[in-house]
Amino acid sequence: MSKTSKHTAMLGLPYYAWAIVFIIVPLFMVVYYGLTDKTGAFTLDNVMAIAHPAHAKALWTSLVLSLESTAVCLLLAYPLCLVLARSGKSSNSFLVLFLIVPMWMNFLLRTYAWQSILEKTGIINTALAALHLPPQHLINTKGGIILGMVYDFLPFMILPIYNALAKIDRNVIHAAHDLGADDLQTFLRVILPLSMPGVISGITMVFIPGMTTFVISALLGGGKILLIGNVIEQEFTLAYDWNMGSGLSLVLLVFIVINIVIQMLTDKDGEGVL
Amino acid sequence: MKDELITLKSISKSFGDKLILDDLNLTIHENEFVTLLGPSGCGKSTTLRIIGGFESPDKGSVIFEGRDITNLPPNKRQLNMVFQNYALFTHMSVAENIAFGLRIGKKPKDYIEDKIRYALKLVNLEGYERRSPSTLSGGQQQRIAIARAIVNEPKVLLLDEPLGALDLKLRQDMQYELIRLKNELGITFIYVTHDQQEALTMSDKIVVMNQGYIQQEGTPEQIYNEPENAFVADFIGDSNLFPAVMIHDRLVAIDGNHFDCVDEGFGVNTPVDIVIRPEDVEIVPPARGTVTGVVTDVIFKGVHYEMCIDVQGREWVCQSTVAHAVNEEVGIRVDPFNIQVMKKPESEDEEAAGINE
Repeated sequence: MSKTSKHTAMLGLPYYAWAIVFIIVPLFMVVYYGLTDKTGAFTLDNVMAIAHPAHAKALWTSLVLSLESTAVCLLLAYPLCLVLARSGKSSNSFLVLFLIVPMWMNFLLRTYAWQSILEKTGIINTALAALHLPPQHLINTKGGIILGMVYDFLPFMILPIYNALAKIDRNVIHAAHDLGADDLQTFLRVILPLSMPGVISGITMVFIPGMTTFVISALLGGGKILLIGNVIEQEFTLAYDWNMGSGLSLVLLVFIVINIVIQMLTDKDGEGVL
Repeated sequence: MKDELITLKSISKSFGDKLILDDLNLTIHENEFVTLLGPSGCGKSTTLRIIGGFESPDKGSVIFEGRDITNLPPNKRQLNMVFQNYALFTHMSVAENIAFGLRIGKKPKDYIEDKIRYALKLVNLEGYERRSPSTLSGGQQQRIAIARAIVNEPKVLLLDEPLGALDLKLRQDMQYELIRLKNELGITFIYVTHDQQEALTMSDKIVVMNQGYIQQEGTPEQIYNEPENAFVADFIGDSNLFPAVMIHDRLVAIDGNHFDCVDEGFGVNTPVDIVIRPEDVEIVPPARGTVTGVVTDVIFKGVHYEMCIDVQGREWVCQSTVAHAVNEEVGIRVDPFNIQVMKKPESEDEEAAGINE
């Protein structure tokens, strides 16, 4: 290693220190707590506790809701990105910026805003009452949670897909047309496959926070619909059972790792990553 | 005369305020290698894209085999394009790239496999079926792009500066390859380039363009030996391009010195432009020269020396296999038929439009 590259490598030191203190050590602590009981003896009980019907149900609900949210985000984001990337005007970057502005607002604030829009005496039901229409049960439903997740995580779907689509050379699309493909064939055989890294990246970036969220379900699910995130949070903050909380976290970690591995396998060049 | 294949009629095209093509007329015949040659921004690529269907003209029409195809989308045209940056499908193998057009056309599997093998053989890349395009060199990618286009048996192959990104040696090899391909396939090639050497080497017909106008059409020999205006003379090859006065038929004065020439019909005492190719300037002993000058620069170019000679303050460029020393006094003479006389454009518009239109 040359002297210069040694010096360059040193520039990473502050981050390495940060990563060790705030990422690696906490991760090991979760593993330690998850695999031990209160006396510090090794046990798999905390991990196996996922089989408890309440826990399994929460994990299943998390899985279903975050998959549904991811699907909705994908269906909303892809056509939009297609339009943005294909029209190729300079105003587009402004439009994309416009779409990600909500991301700069506090996450909690955004979710509270949805709470006050959806609740029984909220904006929608007040408006419906003014029009003498029956009130709708919107908050504390699965639909409410999905809405919250979609609103909060949609930008994470839009950006990688937009990046992947905008990078496709126009001449490649022209070449497909030139070789006889109509618009649909060009989309299915060229545009869609070339944008897959962005799609996979977007799915990861929506699915993982959806899988782990507890704030959205707490505020928009009203504590009635428990996600695995809520169960883990309660183990830490209400039951003070760090071992149980960590054990369940390890189970959740498995899902995240599977997702990341899938992404890495499909996106070897790291193209779709933000 | 061969049959007319493509006719461009009064094509005009603007992008925003910028006029790219102005009332362009061009006829391309079957089995011709036609090169659109000109500096960047001259409208040559736009012309090609209009033929391919990727741009639509503001005015005028494109006729293909007697049929108006102006509004036909690219996927319905019987021609294929080779793009400047190759535009290969990076998510497919070489074989899949070549098969793309055939699969869209729902050709039988055996036919497709035969075609892939045939096309790879034609471009000298046998055995590359399973490779990914991104693992190939620029020259190889270009061959795949050509193979992908020709398996569809187009009547016309459009090539947009296909050798622009290759290095010199490879470019020269590919020029021979393209000539061979054109002869084997027996189809029309329309080739866009800004490289005059490429155009002279490969073309049956060269169309020199500038500022959206056709300056001159002709065989490479005609374009090189008989440029019709100063732009063509200057753009093609090295040249001595001087203002001169036509004294009378067959006599022209350059800076007051009389030279015999072979041109007639320019009138008496008419200002003209003349072109003398550097290889046509003969260096002789001072006493035998039509004019005399002093050598100011000598550069060795491999096949010959290139010398700059100062004649009464005007610089003449000349090429000779014999070097003369700097500051040596030499005589210059030019064979009458090597002086190409051209009418002076009367206005800038006329200059842009080309004087013989």
